[in-house]
Amino acid sequence: MQETVIEAGRSERYYWQDLWKFKELLFILAIRDITVKYKQTFVGVAWAIFRPILTVSVFVFAFDKVAKIENKSAIPLQIIIFTGVIFWNFFAMSFQQVSNSITGNANLVSKVYFPRLLMPISSVAVPLLDFFVGFLVMIPFLWYSGYPPTIHILFVPFFLILSFFASFSLGVIFASLNVQYRDFQQIVPLIVQYGFFVCPVAYPIATIQNLSWYPIYQWINPLAGIIEGFRWCLIPNYQYFEWDTIIPSVVFITITTILSVIFFRKKENSFVDYI
Amino acid sequence: MTVIEAENISKKYIIDHIKGNAKGNTLSEVVTDNIKNLFSKKDEDKVSHEDFWALKNVSFKIEQGDRVGIIGSNGAGKSTLLKVLSRITEPTEGKITIKGRVASLLEVGTGFHPELSGRENIFLNGAILGMKREVIKQHFDAIVDFAGVEKFLDTPVKRYSSGMYVRLGFAISAHLEPEILIVDEVLAVGDAEFQRKCLGKMKDASTSGRTILFVSHNLTAVQGLCNKAMFLRKGQMIEMGETNQVLATYLSHVQKTALETWWLTPEEAPGNDNARLKSVKLIPEFVDNQKHIDVRTPFKIQLEFWNMMDGANLNISLHLNSLTGECIFNIGTISKSFEKGIIYAECEIPGNYLNDGSYSISFMVVKDTSTAVFNFEEALIFEIEDHRVGTSWYGKWPGYVRPKIAFPITQLELESVR
Repeated sequence: MQETVIEAGRSERYYWQDLWKFKELLFILAIRDITVKYKQTFVGVAWAIFRPILTVSVFVFAFDKVAKIENKSAIPLQIIIFTGVIFWNFFAMSFQQVSNSITGNANLVSKVYFPRLLMPISSVAVPLLDFFVGFLVMIPFLWYSGYPPTIHILFVPFFLILSFFASFSLGVIFASLNVQYRDFQQIVPLIVQYGFFVCPVAYPIATIQNLSWYPIYQWINPLAGIIEGFRWCLIPNYQYFEWDTIIPSVVFITITTILSVIFFRKKENSFVDYI
Repeated sequence: MTVIEAENISKKYIIDHIKGNAKGNTLSEVVTDNIKNLFSKKDEDKVSHEDFWALKNVSFKIEQGDRVGIIGSNGAGKSTLLKVLSRITEPTEGKITIKGRVASLLEVGTGFHPELSGRENIFLNGAILGMKREVIKQHFDAIVDFAGVEKFLDTPVKRYSSGMYVRLGFAISAHLEPEILIVDEVLAVGDAEFQRKCLGKMKDASTSGRTILFVSHNLTAVQGLCNKAMFLRKGQMIEMGETNQVLATYLSHVQKTALETWWLTPEEAPGNDNARLKSVKLIPEFVDNQKHIDVRTPFKIQLEFWNMMDGANLNISLHLNSLTGECIFNIGTISKSFEKGIIYAECEIPGNYLNDGSYSISFMVVKDTSTAVFNFEEALIFEIEDHRVGTSWYGKWPGYVRPKIAFPITQLELESVR
C-alpha cells in the first residue's frame, strides 16, 4: 500500500519522482491549452499558418520598404526576417506563457496537489505547436526563394532545445515572482517588445557584426547566437554563424536554467499562500 | 489499521499589519501611498508582522473505514487542515503519515475550463484529480449518466447552467476510487435533489470500507454520515471521538453566545427617556441532559425594562425574525396602564415549532397601542439545532417552522397492484 509522509520540507526529496508520476497530467494540460487556444475560431489551427505569414509581410514592408535598412548580408531580407521571426515567436510566446503559467492556473494551485513545475512545462505546448506549423510553412518558402535547405536542417532541434531552455528559465523566474507581485506581469510584454529589436530578428547580424561593441553584445545576448545558429541550419552557405559564438549561450542558459529551477522550487510551496 | 496519523501539525501564516493611518482606498490615496512608500523604508516603520497559527499542535489518528466529520466555526482551521492533508500546502511543523491513495475534493469541478466541452472536461478534471485515462474511459458513461448531461456532452461548459456544472463536477469525483477521500463542503452547492444524491454516493463509498474526511457546516449530514467527529477551534483540536459526543461539545461551545443580556443601571442601558431595557433572557427547558437548543426544545423569553412614564398605556410587541431578516411572527401583550418602575414580560415558545436555523428577537414598547416609544432590534440572537428521527434524509429541512402536526397514514385496502 502506498504510503505518503507529509512534513515540512519533505516534498523536496521526492520531487522529480513525483514529476514523473504526474506525466499524464502534463499531457492533459498541454492538450487543454492547445484545444482552448483554437476553440471558437473559424479556421482553427490555420491561424498558426496565417500569423507568421502576416507578421513576416508586415516586417518586410516596415524594415525593407519603409525603413530601408542596409542589408549587409548576401541574403534577401525577407529570408532573414522569416527565419528570425519563426524563432522569435517561439521564444517570446514561450516566455510569456511560462511567466503566466502559475497565475493562469490559480484555481489548480489552490485546490489540488501536483508538482507545480508541470504548469510552466506544459505551457510551452502551444508555442511549440505554432513553431512546427510555422516551420512547415517556411520550408517551401525557402525552397521557392532559391534557398533549398541542406543537411544542416538536422541541427534545428538542438537550437530549438536551447531556445526552449532560454525562455523556460527566464519565464520560470517571472512566473514565481508573479505569484506575489503582479508587477512582473507588466514587465514581460516590455521585455518581449524590446528584445525583438535588441536581437537580430528582423535585421541581419552582418549589420552590427563590424561595430566596436559587437564582441560584448555577443556575450551578453545569449539569444543572438541561437538566432544565428537557427539561420545557419536553414539557409545554405550561411557564412555569418560561427560555432564558438554559441558557447556563451549554452553556458548562460545552463546556469540560468539550474538557478531558475532552484528558485522556483524554493518559492513553490508558498504559491498557494500568495496566489 | 491506522491510515492517517498526524503528529503535532502546525501551520503558521504571517499577517502584515499596516501601522498608523489606515490605508486609503480611493485611487488617488493608493497612488500617493505607493509613491510615499517608494521613498520611505516602509517595512521597518509602517508594517508589523504577526504570526497567525491556523493550526496548532493538532494530532489525531484515523482508522481504516472511519468516516470523520470535521466541525468548527469559521476560521477554526478546518480548511487549512484539509489543505495540509491533501498536500496543497505544507505544514510548518509536525508530521503526517498517510497509507493509501488520497483523493481530495476541495471544490467541485476543479480545473474545469469554460471553453472546453463536457466531454473534454471530464478527462481534464479526472486527470487533475489523479485518475488514469483508462479509468475515466471505463467510468465515462456512468459519469455522464449520474450528472444527467448526455445531450450537452459536446457543449462548452461555459454554456452549462450552474446546476449542470456542479452535477458534472461531482459526478466525476464520485467515480474516483481512492482509499481515502477528503471532502470539503461539497454539499453546500446544488439543489436538494442533488445534495441527496451526493450524500447517497458518500454513504456508498463509506460502506465499501473507504476512509472519508468530511468538512461541513451541516451538522445533520455529519451526524448521519460520520461515525467519528473532530472539533477544531482556533486552530486547536478540542475533541475527537464519537460523533454524537463531539457534536454535543461543539454545540455547547457555539451556544455560549449570549442567551441573555442585562444592564445594572438605567444610565448605561439602551433606550430613551421613555423606556430603557433592563434585561433580555432566553431560557431553554432542556430534557434528558441536553446541552443545546434543538427543534424539540421549548424556551421562554423574558424581558425587563425600566418605564420612565407615569400612567402610560403600554404593551410590548415581539418580533421573531430569521437571520436574513424576514419576520416569522409578531406577537403582542395586552395594553395596560403602568406607573414608573420595572416592567416584566414573558412568553413561551413551544418545542417542535420552529425549524432549525438562526433566529433573532426584536421588540418594541408601544404606547396607546399605536406609537412605538422604544424599538430594540436584535436583542437576542440564537440558534436552533436540528434533530430528526426516523429519516435517512439529511439535507436542510425546508421552511421556517417545523410544527409537529399529526399526519396519519394508513393502508385502506390490500390489493395486488401490477
